[in-house]
This record gives sequence, C-alpha cells and structure tokens, in this order.
Amino acid sequence: MQKPIIAGVGFTKISAHWKSSLKDLASEAALKALNDAGNPEIKAIVVGNMMSGIINGQENLGSLVAESIGLQGVPSVKVEAACASGAAAVMWACLSVLSGIFESVLVVGVEKMTDVTDNEDMSSALATAADYDYEVFFGATFPSLNAMIMRSYAEKYNLSPEDFGHLPILMHKNAVDVAHAQLRFPITMEGYLNSPVISDPLKLYDSAPIGDGAAALVITSRDGAGNLDHAVEIAGFGSATDTLATYRREDITSLMAAKLATKRALSMAALEPKDFDIVQIHDAFSVIGYLNLEALGIVEKGKAHKFIASGDADRSGALPVNPEGGLKARGHPVGATGVYQIAELALQLSDRAGPSQIENPNVGVAMNIGGTGANVIVHVLRRIE
Amino acid sequence: MWAYKLNIPSHWRLLSERYRLVGGYCENCGYKMFPRQKVCPKCRSENVKAVELPKRGKVITYTIVQTPPRGFEYYTPYALAIIELEDGTRVFGQLTDIDPSDVQEGLEVEMTIRKVRVSGESGAIAYAYKFRPLLERE
Repeated sequence: MQKPIIAGVGFTKISAHWKSSLKDLASEAALKALNDAGNPEIKAIVVGNMMSGIINGQENLGSLVAESIGLQGVPSVKVEAACASGAAAVMWACLSVLSGIFESVLVVGVEKMTDVTDNEDMSSALATAADYDYEVFFGATFPSLNAMIMRSYAEKYNLSPEDFGHLPILMHKNAVDVAHAQLRFPITMEGYLNSPVISDPLKLYDSAPIGDGAAALVITSRDGAGNLDHAVEIAGFGSATDTLATYRREDITSLMAAKLATKRALSMAALEPKDFDIVQIHDAFSVIGYLNLEALGIVEKGKAHKFIASGDADRSGALPVNPEGGLKARGHPVGATGVYQIAELALQLSDRAGPSQIENPNVGVAMNIGGTGANVIVHVLRRIE
Repeated sequence: MWAYKLNIPSHWRLLSERYRLVGGYCENCGYKMFPRQKVCPKCRSENVKAVELPKRGKVITYTIVQTPPRGFEYYTPYALAIIELEDGTRVFGQLTDIDPSDVQEGLEVEMTIRKVRVSGESGAIAYAYKFRPLLERE
C-alpha cells in the first residue's frame, strides 16, 4: 500500500490571541501549510475542533475554513473526538487520500478557547469530553477525573508528589526556545510542588494551559501535486475507543484504547516500539503523559517517572519526548493539539525543527487522547530518504 | 453558558437512575452495570434487564474539586468519588455529609438523595444520588 505523505505544515503561535478569531487562526495556519507544500490543488478539507459550538457559537467549520482561504466549492467537514479531534482529522484525511478519491487533502486543527473568559465556563466546556449524564451532571470537571486517575496510579505504583513533577519540568525546559510555544519559561521542582491544587491531588503545574492556536497539514498521495522536498511519510495510524466514563473502566490506571491504537498503528507501519526515535505524548496532565509512555510500549508500568527523570527523554537523550514542550508547555488548544503534534514530528523528520531539532530521527510517533482515554489516535511517521 | 443549562427532559428521562440507582443486569452472563446499557459490555447480549442496585458501597478513589464548573461554586470544595457497590458495580458521584479532608479510600458509604444542581434562579432543581458515610453503629 502506498502511504500518505505530509507535503506541508503550518501553525500559529499558541497564545491568548485576543485580536484573532477562530477563522483568523485557522486561515493563517492553512495558508502556511499550503505555501509549504508548494500550493497543490486541494481536493478536500478536514477540520479538527472540539468546542467551537459551545465556546464560539460557531459550527459548520468546514464551510467557515474553506471560505476563509478562498476554497469555497471544495468539500470540507469538521470531525470531533474531544481532545483527539486533531489526530482524528489527520486520520480521516489519510483515509481520504488512501481511498484514491481525494489526492490532496488539507487538515486544519483549530481551537479558539479564550473567547470564554470565566474559568467556570471553560471548565464546563472542557467537561463535555466526559460523560454528561453520569459524570458532569454531578459536578465532575475534566481535571477532577484525571485527578482520580492520578491518585489511583500513585497508590498502585507508590509514586510521591515529586515523581509527577519530572514531566512538567522537562516540558517547560523544552519549550523555552520554541517560537510557537505558549509557556516559554522553566519551572523548578519547588515551583511544581507549590503550585495550586486544582482537584486534589492534581496541581496547576500538572495541567496543560488554556490557549488559542491552529495547525495545518497538507496530506497527499505520493503522486500528489506540489513540492515534496521535505515530505514525510505517514507509515501507520491506529485508533480505538474505551468507555466514555472513567468509572466504567476495570482499571483506571491503564489506557486500554491507547494500547490498542498503538498496536494497530505499529501493525500498519510494520514497526515496533524499539524503532521509535522521537515521541509525542499527550501530556494534558502529568499522569496521562506517563500512561501514554506505558501504552506506547516504551516503559514498564509504574516506571515512566524514572524514565523521564533519567534524562533519556531529553532532546539529547536516547528517546526524546515532546522536544517542543508538549501539551504542558507548547500548549494545548484542544482540537488543534493532535495536528501540532504531527506537524512538529514532520518538521523533526525533515530536519526543519530549528532549535528543538533532535539528531537524525527516522521514525516518530504521536499519541492524541480524547477524554480520559475514551478515544485514542496514534500516528507513526517515517522519514523519506 | 447555554450549553450547560440543566434541561428538564434529560433529567426527567433519568429519574429512575438518579432517584433509585436502577442499573442493568445481563441475564446471559450475569454482569451488572450502571447505567443499564442496551447491550451487555461483557458478552454483547441484548438480554439486559433493569435492576435496582445496592445502596451501600465503598470509595475506590476520589478527588477534591477546588475549581468548579458553572453551577457548583456553592459546594466548593467538594469530594467526587468512584464507589464500588456491595455487588461490585461501580458508580460515580459526589460525597456529602463529610468534611472533604476526611475522605479516604475504603470509606464505607450509602446512597442518599440530595440537591445536585439548579438551573438559574427560576429554573429546575435537580435532585439525585449522592453518597454519605455510614453512621458508626453499635
């Protein structure tokens, strides 16, 4: 099977973009990606977004985005899978290209979060990723569900509060020199431990920030039009679901869907975890980052914090993790995040990542998680020699 | 935020779950679930009957919410927990009649009916299950 390729990438800086609308951000990223790909003829658009209806009062993003870049007439729809909406859009673009029906597809992930200015409303909007009738109705927030996972995980594997600090500290260190990152400052263990508790035991510094951003990719077949000088192959992708509600899982300290999605992506790519040279994990919360590393087959259960603390996950380490700072520090504009992850991998695998460039990676993996593990999508990317 | 206003039909549909803890029992494999699903998640049988679940259980894990969503400011800080009922079925809900700092894993609790949320000053008031610690008994 001929694999889809990424011919162009583009993204905005992640920030509180007070002066830019969802449409402004989406079109900026889209035009950058189209330009990067040499402006091929786009046959379809897939938009990844989670909360535009709730936050911005705007759905029908397919039409909004197409029109914003002068592509009215082109088929264009939004796909949604909570925080995994970005990777879902990429996956549906890949399927479109593989089907042979659309040769070149534009993917745009976008989330404009700061149009909501009250924490309580943001909290309610994010909680739509959980089970409304049986979790959110009772006052569950998205952090509170992850906090229960964190408590169970810490008890089961005997982790101290410090053990959860290693990941956010590394993420902040990585983001300092990344131009598009939202939180470009280092944090210390003391700062981590003293950060406010959001939902005990989960702290502010366990959590990804709120921000606006858009990222875009041009995905084509190998015969697709455009400039393929820096193209990267999507060698495999895999997806899986789990129970919508956290309480309905037999073991909340393990991400069943993440394991299944990884297995499927690796099977399609004919690769194994040992082939990974660079990893993008979904560290919306520290504990979820650790569960990602387990599900990807990189660390044993309960050992992820040791792997991060050892330095092996640093940019210069044996297996760099989130060299651009991940969700924690690069930022997490929810429906755009999965596209940022894959865009950053594509830059790394074509030696275009700038200050965050790691040495000569060939294979990268990105895990994007919707809900507390209810919807997981994994992409495996490979350098084209 | 309009998307979060309590709507009456969706609450009314779930009154047997929210007032009586009615779940599902798979007559094919014996699995009990909450809520009742059309298809058994274990054996995929469609022979799932409504059953009232036990009202007592224990806390499996919990959290204390410090940053609430809209509508829960009044209760903050409040404890949320996954409860394992006496028959092994799991449910999720708020703990009540307890200082959040006294919550711990293994705490024995029972279901009670409390006000959960209101919809604005003139909207509906939704009552539903919460869980309170068992009284110390002789």
